[in-house]
Amino acid sequence: MKQLTYLEAISDAICHEMERDPDVLVLGEDVGGEFGGAFKVTKGLAKRFGDQRVLNTPLAEQSFIGMANGMALMGLRPIVEVQFADFISTGFDSIVQSAATIHYRFGGKIPWVIRAPSDGGIRSGPFHSQNPEAWFVHTPGLKVVAPSNPADAKGLLCSAVRDPNPVIYFEAKPLYRSLRGPVPAGEHLVPIGKARVVREGVHLTVVTYGAQVPQSLQAAETLSAQGIEAEVVDLRTLKPLDFDTVARSVARTSRVLVVHSANRLVGVGAEVTARVAEECFEWLDAPVTRLGGLDTPVPFSPPLEDAYRPNARKIAKAAATLVAY
Amino acid sequence: MSHDIFGEQIRQALFATPEDSTLTNRLRLDLYRWMCLTRTLDDTMVAMWKQGRGLGGTFSGRGHEAISVSMGMALGPDDVIAPMHRDVGAYLVRGMTPARVFGNLLGRETGPSRGRDANLHGMGDLSLGIVGYVSHIPQQLPLSLGMAMAFKYRGEPRVALTVCGDGGTTTGPYHESLNMAALYQAPLVLIVENNQYAYSTPLRQQMATFAIAERAAGYGLSARSEDGNDAEAMYRAIKKAVEQARAGGGPTVIEARTMRMLGHAIHDGAEYVPRELLEEWEPRDPLVIYRRRLLEEKRAETSQLEEIEAWAQEEIEQAVAEAEAAPFPDPDTVTERVYA
Repeated sequence: MKQLTYLEAISDAICHEMERDPDVLVLGEDVGGEFGGAFKVTKGLAKRFGDQRVLNTPLAEQSFIGMANGMALMGLRPIVEVQFADFISTGFDSIVQSAATIHYRFGGKIPWVIRAPSDGGIRSGPFHSQNPEAWFVHTPGLKVVAPSNPADAKGLLCSAVRDPNPVIYFEAKPLYRSLRGPVPAGEHLVPIGKARVVREGVHLTVVTYGAQVPQSLQAAETLSAQGIEAEVVDLRTLKPLDFDTVARSVARTSRVLVVHSANRLVGVGAEVTARVAEECFEWLDAPVTRLGGLDTPVPFSPPLEDAYRPNARKIAKAAATLVAY
Repeated sequence: MSHDIFGEQIRQALFATPEDSTLTNRLRLDLYRWMCLTRTLDDTMVAMWKQGRGLGGTFSGRGHEAISVSMGMALGPDDVIAPMHRDVGAYLVRGMTPARVFGNLLGRETGPSRGRDANLHGMGDLSLGIVGYVSHIPQQLPLSLGMAMAFKYRGEPRVALTVCGDGGTTTGPYHESLNMAALYQAPLVLIVENNQYAYSTPLRQQMATFAIAERAAGYGLSARSEDGNDAEAMYRAIKKAVEQARAGGGPTVIEARTMRMLGHAIHDGAEYVPRELLEEWEPRDPLVIYRRRLLEEKRAETSQLEEIEAWAQEEIEQAVAEAEAAPFPDPDTVTERVYA
């Protein structure tokens, strides 16, 4: 199988979907022409598919996402790039008020995907490091996915493009070029709404997603050397949440650590934790532990950002404490 | 002193009324017929809500009938429209029955939103080419731009038309969308229903100059200002804009100058509107002036118009009876249709 970076896998998925379906197009700031986007995810696409299918937009997130709503309502399948997930707030109304409610209100379908390059750890400061997924998980009518590896990056994006609902695709930009892995050529779909056990273990379950999956796997290796075997569940889809996979793992391990880069306060982990409390209480041998970003903007300077954000070392430490409870 | 901010129509020189005319007497009577049905629906709705027979709030479009009916009539069958809360006429012309409108107003399963969306919101039916609006009205602009772009993408000779009020013109998406519509030469028509008030806020507290059409023209698209209470002027202007868009000539913004004759919503007595202003606009009622014109120009006989008026009354009475007898949605279906 071909080895691709996380970023190459995203590009591969976009190409595959554009070749497969003439209704699929790409739009966003700087995505077109020779340039191909701030991260070069769409580089070469305009040459291959033409300017109409790789549409550069002015700086106007609210309206180019709103434009995607109208395109999707008429049956096109736009893949919208917001240059950084941090900028998605500018288009918030178009997503949560318009796109998310249209099917419920009168049956229209909005089959778009918004690609949102998210997460930090790359010294980019408060406005190029955010993880705003909880806003959208909180919104009825949206689906939210967050791949953690190149194969899932491709498979989830292809599934998102084909889904008849608006899907927000959080791509972990710290993994863009740092993570390489096998990616099936051609058709490769990862179903939306299915979590995956990426490492089996017996002593605790680490529930995580996105860029914290490789961190959790690294922590699991450290823990293994200490005789602690962590099971790592990669949620992959944040909405709809595959809680069954989480619950089955909790039934085996009886201890749960929830980890994400996004702010811990009222984050996706809070919902996972609440459901573990509600539905897995009898199996628990220890209180659920959460790791997430602090309740601060994402700071820039390395010692500050490292203090803000979970990483393999913090995960290993929290896991060891949990197992010793 | 006149309270009318439109004054002597200083913009008429800049935005002259388009040449006519393909208006046949048949079409003129249709304009009147739909305006009459729209007004009758509106009057009936207002009376019902005042009698406590309504549900929640609602919005009167009194005074906006020439605009909303013209929008519906100027479009072709494959075009799409994203109207707002003062545009019931457009829904009716496009084929939404008054019974379905009342079904929506009364929260019934038979309304186009199946009880999901309130009053006149969410009354979309894509089989009729109608998109249901969200309260964030300027959201309609980028959405309609996107529909227009889908037609352009596929090379289809279709047009998207949408609407906002004077209040909408001060928002971000209005300006973003006008810029993009001009940039992409999208087959889009935007009607700005300038009824002089955004809820309680008069134009003079919304913008430093009232030159809505001139401002729109500044984005590089066609723009004109029309008397929104003149049914034929509205029809001709919209028709021309629709045909221009269909022929690849790009987007048009039409400011329709009118007056909101009742409150923002049914609960609102609009005491903040000077009575003199309403008195100035009362004789300009679009139905009154059009009825008089049809008779003066001998386009119709009084008996024909009376027949239309009786028909409208009967249609609306039947629609109300049908909607009031319709079932409420089953609470077990509350989670249905969140996802496609």
